[in-house]
Amino acid sequence: MARIVGGLTTSHIPAIGNAIAQELFEDPYWKPFFAGYPPVLAWLDKVKPDLAVVIYNDHGLNFFLDTLPTFSVGAAAEYRHADEGWGIPVIAPFQGDAEFSWHLINSLVADEFDIASCQEMLVDHGFTVPMSLFWPEYDKFPIRTIPICINTVQHPLPTPARCYKFGQAIGRAIESYDKDLKVVVIGTGGMSHQLDGERAGFINKEFDLLCMEKIVDEPESLTHYSIHDLVRLAGAQGAEFILWLAMRGALGAKVKKIYSNYHIPISNTAAGVLVLERG
Amino acid sequence: MTQTKQQESESPIPGTYLFDGAAAMKGYALNKMCYSFNHAENRAAFLHDEDAYCRQYGLSGEQREAVRVRNVIGMLKAGGNIYYLAKLAGLLGLNVQDVGAQQTGMTLEAFNARLRAAGD
Repeated sequence: MARIVGGLTTSHIPAIGNAIAQELFEDPYWKPFFAGYPPVLAWLDKVKPDLAVVIYNDHGLNFFLDTLPTFSVGAAAEYRHADEGWGIPVIAPFQGDAEFSWHLINSLVADEFDIASCQEMLVDHGFTVPMSLFWPEYDKFPIRTIPICINTVQHPLPTPARCYKFGQAIGRAIESYDKDLKVVVIGTGGMSHQLDGERAGFINKEFDLLCMEKIVDEPESLTHYSIHDLVRLAGAQGAEFILWLAMRGALGAKVKKIYSNYHIPISNTAAGVLVLERG
Repeated sequence: MTQTKQQESESPIPGTYLFDGAAAMKGYALNKMCYSFNHAENRAAFLHDEDAYCRQYGLSGEQREAVRVRNVIGMLKAGGNIYYLAKLAGLLGLNVQDVGAQQTGMTLEAFNARLRAAGD
């Protein structure tokens, strides 16, 4: 049977993609950010997952406002990155697992999550940056991926409580798959940031640290926030924290924190990294 | 949830433009144009003849004016969504710090200093 070996989180902003492409790992601005990743890579090297379920949001590459699903699941053999319009280099495609995708889709719909299924799905920086950070050589390495996209572009966004329950359903779906697979679930995005409006540049360290603490042992305490609360407390794009809550839902009740790192700022954003194992 | 808590959670957040259904309808043409900038040939077409390109997408007068003067707050008020607008900003050579400085009326240096100070 498939088994969830743990969960990871990371911020996913495009500036990271540019910094990776330009190899700014030792640059004084970027060094404290990249220093957060070797322990994660060491954990991945030890656990060796076969497949990553990546919960992210599309920022206007695959989806436009003509048809914007709240929850969507990739069902392709391969996922391609593409030109996003502002210069982040296009990177190599990612290997999918369509059979496992259809198992997830069947299980999620049976579990009353009426997702959109995508046999073609371009993946943007929300997906590609975390993959590049966690598997710098993913194109030479047999890690398979399933992209799961949650709308954070257009309100109404799904509530934190709904995303947590969606994650629980993802967890049940993964663990009912009858093939031996080690699966890691990744929640991307955040932490606090706001790109738009006169409030641009808003960062809330206190709230981020509270979220990083509570998500380990008391995740349900974070599901009582509304989206409006998250926008107020974490900034307009800090509402991406719902993606972390979906990851956490998938892991089940008890987890153990292996590692965390928090750094301000990268670009306009507070960056948080977590490695969680099932307790 | 108490009444007070409810009111707090629903009250407008100063300096924040929630991109909801009303904004999505108002901004559709502008956002659709910006979405087209995922393709290099469309970016080139905009730079070659901005007026013609905006006409092709049917921008409203308010949207056209905000784009013409490169006013990001004006674009948000006209229904622009920041993720799509970022593609226009990129095409104009602006990154998210430039856009943040413009929206807050700060210099780029002051805006960046404020971001760094958030970590203290």
